[in-house]
Amino acid sequence: MTSSLEIATAGQKIDLNRLESILSKYYKRGRDALISVLQEVQVEYGRIPQESIEPIADTLNLFPSEVYGVVTFYPQFSLTPQGKCTIQACRGTTCHVKGADKIISTIENTTKLKEGETSSDLKFTFKTVTCVGTCALAPVMVINNKFLGKLYPKKVADILSQYEKG
Amino acid sequence: MRKDEDMTRLGSVEELNIYRESILAETDPNKICVRICMSGCRAYGAEEIRVAFNEEIKEKGLEDRIEIRKTGCHGFCSRAPVIIVDPKGIFYQQLTVDDVEEVVLETLVKGNIIDRLVYVDLKTGKRFPFTRDIPFYKEQTRNVLRNCGKIDPTNISHYIAQDGYSALTKILSTMSPRQAIEIIEKSGLRGRGGAGFPTGKKWHFAQIADNDTKYLICNASEGDPGSFKDRALLEGDPHLILEGMLVAGYAIGAKAGYIYIKAEYSLAVERLKTAILQAEESGLLGENILGSEFSFEIKVKEGAGTYVCGEETAILEAIEGRRGVPRPRPPFPAQSGLWNKPTNINNVETYANIPSIILNGVDWYSNIGSERSKGTKVLSLTGKINNAGLVEVPIGIPLRKVIFDIGGGIPEGKRFKAIQVGGPPGECIPESLLDSLLDFGSLETSGSTMGSGVIIVMDEDTCMVDIARFFLMLAEDESCGFCSPCRLGTRQMKDILDRIVAGKGEDKDIELLTILERVLKDASLCGYGQTCAIPVLTTIRYFQDEYKAHIHQKMCPVGRCKINYNL
Ligand SMILES: Cc1cc2nc3c(=O)[nH]c(=O)nc-3n(C[C@H](O)[C@H](O)[C@H](O)COP(=O)(O)O)c2cc1C
Ligand code: FES
Repeated sequence: MTSSLEIATAGQKIDLNRLESILSKYYKRGRDALISVLQEVQVEYGRIPQESIEPIADTLNLFPSEVYGVVTFYPQFSLTPQGKCTIQACRGTTCHVKGADKIISTIENTTKLKEGETSSDLKFTFKTVTCVGTCALAPVMVINNKFLGKLYPKKVADILSQYEKG
Repeated sequence: MRKDEDMTRLGSVEELNIYRESILAETDPNKICVRICMSGCRAYGAEEIRVAFNEEIKEKGLEDRIEIRKTGCHGFCSRAPVIIVDPKGIFYQQLTVDDVEEVVLETLVKGNIIDRLVYVDLKTGKRFPFTRDIPFYKEQTRNVLRNCGKIDPTNISHYIAQDGYSALTKILSTMSPRQAIEIIEKSGLRGRGGAGFPTGKKWHFAQIADNDTKYLICNASEGDPGSFKDRALLEGDPHLILEGMLVAGYAIGAKAGYIYIKAEYSLAVERLKTAILQAEESGLLGENILGSEFSFEIKVKEGAGTYVCGEETAILEAIEGRRGVPRPRPPFPAQSGLWNKPTNINNVETYANIPSIILNGVDWYSNIGSERSKGTKVLSLTGKINNAGLVEVPIGIPLRKVIFDIGGGIPEGKRFKAIQVGGPPGECIPESLLDSLLDFGSLETSGSTMGSGVIIVMDEDTCMVDIARFFLMLAEDESCGFCSPCRLGTRQMKDILDRIVAGKGEDKDIELLTILERVLKDASLCGYGQTCAIPVLTTIRYFQDEYKAHIHQKMCPVGRCKINYNL
């Protein structure tokens, strides 16, 4: 775990000023601000950088291990860099009944990614989620907050090729 | 209608009433208004359609005569994108940008109905141009959803015009906290988050807890896959939830409330924040609400994923900034909740029921519903069904009616096989039990596990063993890992089901699954582990033939599971 992390983030120095400006809003706020801080950091850097964990812990008066524990618990946070395009395929119950497995295998075949992986050029990250709440349009996927419904394999492939082009 | 900028701080109940009257006086009930769903329909191009309408209206100089209104969900999601044209209530479905010009010229200007866009009933072939006649709507009782799809959720004056915040003014001017709780107790309202605990009783426990600081939480984590009713309510009528929380806050003596909302619900978060800001500016939230002694603030807390985080004690942990792992109960949150203070937690839909109960009274409310459970229930109806969408019905309605009358039956002439009701802890119900009534409880108690109101319809192409396996896969994934019966039990059950669908099932497997289900039920720490294997239990009970076909004949009767014949 640690070693792949180190590889993934090695050599990428993060811009600490951006972290500082997030943290300055939360000084002395304590533990209850932790998840909000992490959400902002995740949006800012597209991940929770290793180097940010100690400063976050210091700001909120926590142990780094506590911050780490929360980061690894919630699926919203990731320690590794995410692709520019995040594809979230729904595998909730309705989507499953309506053939989500075909959608997921189309995404896997087109992007050559397995669930949870990010392409080496940092273009795509592929995740699955359990229900995004547009089940009436199942099967559904979400690409960078855009909801796409009533999917079938060809439609998925077409959409992905558009994103592939940029 | 007034613009938000005109809104000034309302200093008393009287001022709110005057303001409402002035809005109503300025409203022309005959004005042509196109109501466009900006919730679920967005996934099907509603935003582009709205933009096209605005451009078209502008180009033709019709802006003064016609209003293009952004609303919440109309409910008939399988027909997305949907618009309703007032004052006649014309219903157009599956619209595209290319239809917009014609709608403007023919319908908005000349008043003609465009046949092509009208809903045609699949069973009878009959056309239904008006919303009120469509069978999908006709069989519903829309109370909680009454404003959803009607008002612009980003405009507080729309809500106020629909008697919004009247329940608040009623309790502030005529009721003690104790009286407010009594009404909710007598109404028979039960929690809509799944368990159906009597709401008034819960409020009572929080009220009698002796502490100066108390909290309120609105559970908007909506974790059950297949459920979108909380999202629709928050996106379509956010002030209704705020008002419900205000009444609860007043009743139990809390000064602060949190709305804990699912990470993916970014639009709902935006709508809520707008609504909170407007309510604060109007003097309906914050210090000395409407000039009274009552002060209350509401904050939005965005979740970070995980299903178990919808469990009430896990929410407490998450809001406090910890890993979202449930706490052992007792103590119950009403005694010791957020930061160890007495805390009341209710689901979004529970709060949404409150204003109408306060306004219309106990008798009105308890006339709707079943013997055991009063009021209506909002259902998320999806799967292999013609009329998928958001539905509100009186509790106690036969399931068959929901599936075949409102839902319009199964598409493509396929046969009905089962419904899964109530999310992951719900039962899989076969055709023979479709005359059961929608209620809290279980099939054994002559109700069904209505739970959060998820109904997923499955047709003859669905393999029930695969469905059981699917739920266990979910259960294993989402188990927070804190207690071992749940962490290990879900894994064991999933492995067995994996084997069965791969054609490697053994004779003893069905019994083994049944035993493991009981272990999970008896020994897990929280409701999650205790109930997550119910889909397995009920598929074994009602669809055992399918299990046996996989295990003994090494075949999947519907041909879904890829069984390896080389075994
Ligand atoms: C694993 C688990 C997940 C839950 N998820 C939700 C949820 O997403 N939304 C919800 O309102 N209640 C959920 N509940 C139920 C809550 O614990 C709690 O009973 C409910 O919020 C109380 O509100 P009510 O009385 O208004 O229903 C869940 C319970 C369990 C055990
Ligand atoms: S199950 Fe896929 S969006 Fe709800």
